[in-house]
Amino acid sequence: MNAWLKRRGKWLIILPPLAYLLVFFLIPFAYALIISLSDTAIRVPPYSDIVSVSPDWHINLTLNVGNFKYLFVDEVYGLSYLYSLKTALFSTLICLGIGYPMAYAIARSPKSVQGILLMLVILPFWTSFLLRVYALEGIIRETGLLNSILLWLGLIHHPLQIMRTSLAVYMGIIYSYLPFMVLPLYATLEKLDHSLLEAASDLGSPPWRAFLDVTLPLSMPGIIAGSMLVFIPAIGEFVIPTLLGGPDNLMIGRVLWDEFFGNRDWPVASAVAIVFLVLIVGPIAIYQHYSTKQMES
Amino acid sequence: MPARLSPLSISVLCIGLAILYLPILVLIGYSFNASALVSVWGGFSTEWYRQLIHNDQILDAALLSLEIGVVVSTLAVVLGTLAAISLVRFKRFRGRFLLTGMVNAPLVMPEIITGITQLLLFVSMLRLFGWPHRGFTTIVIAHIAFCTAYVTVTVQSRLQSADRSLEEAAMDLGSGPVRAFFDTTLPALIPALASSWLLSFTLSLDDLVISSFVSGPGASTLPMVIFSKVKLGVTPDINALASLIICAVGACVILAAYLMRRTERQRIRDAQLAAQ
Repeated sequence: MNAWLKRRGKWLIILPPLAYLLVFFLIPFAYALIISLSDTAIRVPPYSDIVSVSPDWHINLTLNVGNFKYLFVDEVYGLSYLYSLKTALFSTLICLGIGYPMAYAIARSPKSVQGILLMLVILPFWTSFLLRVYALEGIIRETGLLNSILLWLGLIHHPLQIMRTSLAVYMGIIYSYLPFMVLPLYATLEKLDHSLLEAASDLGSPPWRAFLDVTLPLSMPGIIAGSMLVFIPAIGEFVIPTLLGGPDNLMIGRVLWDEFFGNRDWPVASAVAIVFLVLIVGPIAIYQHYSTKQMES
Repeated sequence: MPARLSPLSISVLCIGLAILYLPILVLIGYSFNASALVSVWGGFSTEWYRQLIHNDQILDAALLSLEIGVVVSTLAVVLGTLAAISLVRFKRFRGRFLLTGMVNAPLVMPEIITGITQLLLFVSMLRLFGWPHRGFTTIVIAHIAFCTAYVTVTVQSRLQSADRSLEEAAMDLGSGPVRAFFDTTLPALIPALASSWLLSFTLSLDDLVISSFVSGPGASTLPMVIFSKVKLGVTPDINALASLIICAVGACVILAAYLMRRTERQRIRDAQLAAQ
């Protein structure tokens, strides 16, 4: 017993998480692939089996690649992929633009204040994401705070229509994911060796030059990590385009949802998911795999 | 870095924090608005809070979400800790690559895709085995999968930096490897376990997309109820609910951070005392 435990005991630790994630995380993807190759059917669940046994004992395997072809024929899908990419990319860049100076300022503030400032940045991350998106509506809707202030200042004479536009989607993503950008940036900027900057200034670099030559390259890991943390959830975003965006703001997450719940076309929805996985999640995962390997070495 | 803040940095910080907090503060303000019209200030009132207490749909959903959150985070901490121990302590085993991939994938996987694929699995399982019926069970199973990933990453980094010399000392003194781990390394992991439990709890409590896919009729979590109400427009009782949730979560996080900092300081002080 004891010898067996010594040799095999580690599997008591490894097996539960391995088996759990295998069954409830990885195998579902195989299922989605199978269902993306089946036909839509009017029944519960709404798809046909790809393997069937005919009365004369022939086993038929029917693979319907039409669902994938449909993604190329109907331009809604292509457009929503592109729109999602564009939205995620630009909101990541804007987040970087706001987050970098914030992280820089926190890293340069006195140690006693840093903890509180960090806490203030992290706190919104813990509060409900859905409720924060909803809260943003109170600022940007026609009768919201932003329009009230602008009207009061006399800068505009009619309330701006922000809700149900791309602008609202951008604001939603930036507002929701800004903490994800600030935290990794702060982590790299805080570790920055200040003597390097002093050396640069001793050698005659003006501060902006020292920033470009020293601070910026050294904070690159934080920039990449923060950008990934914003870009990844932004591209698959469903809640923000649905609550804040208009009918034109078709992000891929929303198309998937409508295909699934609205049209009840599970095979096409599965095909959309598989293509999304291959085109977008795949490259991100490969990139992360190699970048962590590089960092380790 | 030096402790010198330029006026520019201060204004950047103020703008950034304003972006993060203004919507929440405005929402809390509106929740005390007597007028049901969100655009008009009708005076101070706690009417919406009173209505909230009598709204059974919301209370049931909140209870369901809390139950799911407790079950999910407890099981996810167990599974995630096992996965972290596997990855840190066992350098070679069959399936290591697979496990590494599976604990990192949920972090980059859009929820909507995880949700769809898990629903498809549950539907097929129900047809084949007659289990699980969509509702509480399926939501719990689905949440555990992605929470385990977050727990693993958190505990893994703590475990990697943990000092193994105490554990080795315990083993030299005759403890078995399991006993030595429980006596020395596990206590040092407790802050990481606590924060990953809290993280799982929040992630589970907050999840809308995955729950919407895998849930069935009759099991609506709090985010699902909120989402369906909010989609129809602004509702004052949701303002009250949101304010309550945000304040409660905020208070818990601040308290947890304070407690964790205190135990961490205590631990460092003990370590210094022990070293003297």
